[in-house]
Amino acid sequence: MSIELRDIHKAFGPKRILRGLTLDVEEGETVSLVGFSGAGKSVTLKHINGLLRPDQGTVFVDGLEVPRLDRERLYALRLNIGYVFQFAALFDSMTVAENIEMGLLKKGGLSPAQMKDRIAESLALVDLTGFEHRLPAELSGGQRKRAGLARAIAYRPKYLLYDEPTSGLDPVTTTVIDRLIMRMKQELGVTSLVITHDMKSAYSISDRIAMLYEGRVVEVGTPDEIRNSSNDVVRSFVEGRPDLAHDAETPLP
Amino acid sequence: MDLNRSVTSLGAATLRMFGGLGGFSRFTADSFKAMGNVRTWLPLLAGQMRRLGVDSLPIALFLAAFTGIVLALQASYTFTGAIPLYFVGTLVEKTMVLELGPVLTGLALSGRIGANIAAELGTMRVSEQIDALETMAYDPVAYLVVPRVMAGFLMFPVIVVFANVVAIFFGLVTSVLLLHMSPQTFLRGARLFYRHFDLIYSIIKGFSFGFVITVIGCYQGFNTRGGAEGVGIATTRAVVIAGMLILVLDAFWAATILKQ
Repeated sequence: MSIELRDIHKAFGPKRILRGLTLDVEEGETVSLVGFSGAGKSVTLKHINGLLRPDQGTVFVDGLEVPRLDRERLYALRLNIGYVFQFAALFDSMTVAENIEMGLLKKGGLSPAQMKDRIAESLALVDLTGFEHRLPAELSGGQRKRAGLARAIAYRPKYLLYDEPTSGLDPVTTTVIDRLIMRMKQELGVTSLVITHDMKSAYSISDRIAMLYEGRVVEVGTPDEIRNSSNDVVRSFVEGRPDLAHDAETPLP
Repeated sequence: MDLNRSVTSLGAATLRMFGGLGGFSRFTADSFKAMGNVRTWLPLLAGQMRRLGVDSLPIALFLAAFTGIVLALQASYTFTGAIPLYFVGTLVEKTMVLELGPVLTGLALSGRIGANIAAELGTMRVSEQIDALETMAYDPVAYLVVPRVMAGFLMFPVIVVFANVVAIFFGLVTSVLLLHMSPQTFLRGARLFYRHFDLIYSIIKGFSFGFVITVIGCYQGFNTRGGAEGVGIATTRAVVIAGMLILVLDAFWAATILKQ
């Protein structure tokens, strides 16, 4: 039960976003993938649940080679992977409860009463009790993110992928989300990969942190190892120095 | 140099066009394949039939009513003194059923339905809601495209038939009130050249226009890129392309099945 990304290459037209990315996430572990804006962090995440296929290289989740799965088996795997979107991606024509119900209906095995309980339980985990009948437009940014998290955890996935879960949030809400991510690990035992460029969050939630630069993981280590890294790219990023900031939009040599 | 540039841009435009056609063909094929996923789309069909069909009736019937009125008045103006007035009924019936009922309704609803679908799905695309469906193991084509295309395909002929009836009724009312004809005279004219095939022809057009409007709207929405600007571009394209295809299909049906 782990995530393995092996030598992933991905280009969009002339833009080579990933250039040999390799990364493992072990069972029950929380790994943060950090990097400059446009480095390909979200693109990496979308390879794990098959939203994108690599041009070269491969991905294993739960021992299954994701790019080779037929549609039926890919969909079965997806029900074991919760995905928390950067801007929540809640279905805006549905209430919060209906949003959460979507995954439960697809996974099946719950009676309507059990489903209602699971929705309430998921909302309680993210401190949104009583928000069942609100529409996404009636929620604040932080509440939307938490509702998105509730939707992702409701069907009890083994894996959780977080795409910038704290971007654009105030420091207090950021801490709330960080605690939630840790709670998911402790209470539900999920394996998580978190995309972030907020080092404070990364230090507090991660077992390990991986630095993505120029389409590759240039360093992986515990928060302490990353904090004390001698790698110039990692130091530049951690210390917020702009000298190595490299936008993926710029053609790489 | 200029020639070189012109040839290059012509080549690029040709490649884009064939690329677009290829993408659209793949999308249409995927949509047909997704029809097999009945459990996903069937529960959503009734809602889309109401939204795309029933809710479109007021605008379609408004348009049909005024078209019927104008047709009757213009026919009487044209026929005065030369052709018996009961031909007003003939002209209103033939023109509406064979041409204006389906085509005017199609053009008007490509604005309402096509734009609505493209904007809705385009917004879902750029806000990652379509990706969210996929992450929860929903086939987005079966969930979003099939119910809309099926609803358009099934409801459009119904709207066209209603539009035909309303236009003929208002043509009759206009003839009675303003042209001082009796209803029997109008109906005599309307029946004079009526053939059942006219109605079948109108319905065939309705099916094809309903399919084109919804499938183009879905394709444009699904392929939206960027933010609000991308949604705007997709919406405009959906209306323009559907409008053009309706006119092309109109000519196609006239050339292929409208034979003496």
